[in-house]
Amino acid sequence: MSATLKYQEKELKLVGTRPLRPDGVDKVTGRARFGADYNLPGQLIGKVLRSPHALARIKSIDTSAALALPGVKAVVTRDDFAEMPDEMAAVGELMINFRDVTRNMMAREKVLYDGHPLAAVAATGESVARAALALIKVEYEVLPHAIDVVEAMKPGAPLLHEHQYTQGVKPKPDRPSNVAKRLEFGHGDIAAGFRQAEVIVEREFNTKPVHQGYIEPQACLASYSADGQAELWTSTQGHFVFRAQCAKVLQMDVSKIRVTPTEIGGGFGGKNNIYNEALAIALSRKSGHPVKMVMTREEVFSSTGPTSGANVKVKLGCTRDGKITAAEAELNFQAGAFPGSSVNQASMCAFTRYDLANVRIVGHDVTVNRPKVAAYRAPGAPIAVFGVESVIDEMAKKLGIDPIEFRLRNAAKEGTQTYYGPKLGPIGYIQTLEAARAHPHYRAPLGPNQGRGVATGFWFNIGNETTCSLNLQEDGTLTLMLGTIDVAGGSRASMAMMVAEELGIEFDRVRPFVGDTASLGFNFLTAGSRGTFASGMASVIAARQVIEKLRQRVAKIREVPLEAVAWKDGHARPVDATVAQFAPMSLPEIARMAGKTGGTIAGHAEINAQGAGPGFGTHIVDVEVDKETGAVKILRYTVVQDVGKAIHPAYVEGQLQGGAVQGIGWALNEEYVYGEDGVLQNPGFLDYRIPVASDLPFIDTVIVEVPNPNHPYGVRGCGEVPIIAPMAAIANAIENAIGLRLCEQPLSPPRVLKAIDEAAAARR
Amino acid sequence: MSRNHVSATVNGDQVEFLCETGQTLLEALRDELRLTGTKEGCGTGDCGACSVIVDGRLVCACLMLAVEAEGKAIQTIEGMATGETLHPLQRKFIEHAALQCGICTPGILIAARSLLERNPNPTEDEVRYWLAGNLCRCTGYHKIVDAVLDAAREMRGG
Repeated sequence: MSATLKYQEKELKLVGTRPLRPDGVDKVTGRARFGADYNLPGQLIGKVLRSPHALARIKSIDTSAALALPGVKAVVTRDDFAEMPDEMAAVGELMINFRDVTRNMMAREKVLYDGHPLAAVAATGESVARAALALIKVEYEVLPHAIDVVEAMKPGAPLLHEHQYTQGVKPKPDRPSNVAKRLEFGHGDIAAGFRQAEVIVEREFNTKPVHQGYIEPQACLASYSADGQAELWTSTQGHFVFRAQCAKVLQMDVSKIRVTPTEIGGGFGGKNNIYNEALAIALSRKSGHPVKMVMTREEVFSSTGPTSGANVKVKLGCTRDGKITAAEAELNFQAGAFPGSSVNQASMCAFTRYDLANVRIVGHDVTVNRPKVAAYRAPGAPIAVFGVESVIDEMAKKLGIDPIEFRLRNAAKEGTQTYYGPKLGPIGYIQTLEAARAHPHYRAPLGPNQGRGVATGFWFNIGNETTCSLNLQEDGTLTLMLGTIDVAGGSRASMAMMVAEELGIEFDRVRPFVGDTASLGFNFLTAGSRGTFASGMASVIAARQVIEKLRQRVAKIREVPLEAVAWKDGHARPVDATVAQFAPMSLPEIARMAGKTGGTIAGHAEINAQGAGPGFGTHIVDVEVDKETGAVKILRYTVVQDVGKAIHPAYVEGQLQGGAVQGIGWALNEEYVYGEDGVLQNPGFLDYRIPVASDLPFIDTVIVEVPNPNHPYGVRGCGEVPIIAPMAAIANAIENAIGLRLCEQPLSPPRVLKAIDEAAAARR
Repeated sequence: MSRNHVSATVNGDQVEFLCETGQTLLEALRDELRLTGTKEGCGTGDCGACSVIVDGRLVCACLMLAVEAEGKAIQTIEGMATGETLHPLQRKFIEHAALQCGICTPGILIAARSLLERNPNPTEDEVRYWLAGNLCRCTGYHKIVDAVLDAAREMRGG
């Protein structure tokens, strides 16, 4: 059923407190089992041969020498997988095409990027498997490639897909293009809006691809039996979606694949898609042994994720008293080797913090010879917002208006018409701006070469298909089987808290688990900040079913009408003495008698959760720029965000801090570096530098709670918004520190130094 | 391929295993001894997820050959708690919500214990620089630093 449960304000005992997470002890003792920690007797090790070229036609693949090597049990190539027709499916916020999925996991006609899989082997050990890869002979016809998004869009650029004609252009183009799709959003009259403008700011920005950077490389273990059944253990954000993808590309019945999710060592959108999973099942099918496949870090960088690099143009028109009259943007996103970047989401997020009459956005989804992009925490939004919030800041400065005040004058609020469809419901954007303005951080003094920046972010948040089972055990404790992966944030704890709150019992009476794909009906991925919203709603529905059944049992046992039985503080009690008097019964008492009063008591929810509440955040950052080296130091950072309701505030703070720091890495250091040859030059954590503890100060958090009316506890979802603002906030802070507007991410020491030197040269 | 015989002490227990000459200590711990609490995040010594103590020194197990462990005393995350009693650092990590996905947690706990053994009263900066070799992508390090400082305080008896 499509479900929403309306928000009810009530006195809370557990929700909003900070109990200890149920997965905590296992994670601090090394007992928690992640993808690479699973083993089966007789297992083989699977390894993948990858393309060394950015673009090449595959003339032949000869695996005979590899197969002849002692210890090699199976080899698979494109010939082992069926051709797939064009068929779209949702994966998190993004869409995939199975024609592309089957080509991304194993190249067919061409290799399309450095790292593209060509063959996979299963052998008795890691060293044998590696030796076998070296024996596979591939004949390539190397072709000129396209890496840069702007270059790839030009007519005559090296073409990735001969069958790809730009969608969204009428009439249909007469020649193929790397531009897979053109999209347009907007409302009002953009030309009239710019005519009304008294001040116009126009800027162009460029960003590099960055990786999700989860510390756990992709890892899976597959076991295919002779009766056609497969089991798969894998580190995933969505085991049901992985099952669906494997079933499709392997042409198996969905019910014949059972996927057990392992603990996941970070995902951030990067574990929404299969990579090795179908290869492992295919190798197991071919060899008759279980097959384990663990990626190296180099493979993770070269062949999974990343997010798009992009070219972004922003133009803003404004009256002198600070009213935005027109907002225009062009977003050109790298999709990687196959279409499907987040340019759609980026377009919708670009200006949706403001109440605007005239908006126009054009987006392009562009295939280039890089790994196919995956979602990364609020996919696309940070890229568009880097440009837009930089221009907003510049406009505020031109007008002599405080940057928070300027945003408040144009802020979106309940009833604001978005340019992509819905009107906004109750939201907390203005509250985050006001809380930021009132924060002591905003008034703290700054020293020389120091500057303060502000930026804001918006993300939709989503609901979607969700199931769970809540089983009352015979001693009165409960097990909660969830279908959404706890991707790290502690959602198992949050769901158990909501169930315990509903039942009026202690937190540790409810033990939450994530079930495998055979134990529950389909669940969508944990993506779009939906976990605590959607699975929380399902858990509350299941808890309320259990309460209803408990009341029915007590009415039967005590021989009173159902209406006479109330559920309060973990007990069935008389509603009041006028209806009926009876001795209250506790949850354990009812549970112990359940077998004799009608059988086990359980609650189930199978819903498509509706009514996710949009999230907004405002960030303040202080930086110091070292003019000798160009290094930017983060001195102080404050995240203010409307989360609807923080079920477990410590875990919400963790989302806000972790998201902000990923954004800081994106802003300051992280980037994919490709050589002229189209080969990735920095596929490791030494040269792809994510933030370390000594780069950072404490990240202050202010949680704003404007309840989502469509969730029983007011939850909006909070995981994605915090990554959106940092890039722009830091660029704005640098501008305030040294007077230079930097439009090329990352704002790394060489770039900052170059800008300083160029400005100095221009003055001379 | 002939394999090498190695004897070592792991978490106080005498162990023996066979390994290929090119295998790392990390592979031996995980694949031969089935001590999977020590994690591989990169295999190149850049992430610290495989941090272990070898004869009192903090090392990345992915950068040491398994054969070099001959005669050495190795401590891993599996030996950090005493029976059911967690080490104060382990307890404080849970209390401060200093872990999310948990993949970096064993390495960070090993590294933090090594810090507190050398410096029982570290400053925030000293904690941050000591842990700069341990990558965490979930937390932004805020709660990790809090937990280490709080555990140090408790271990000093304060």
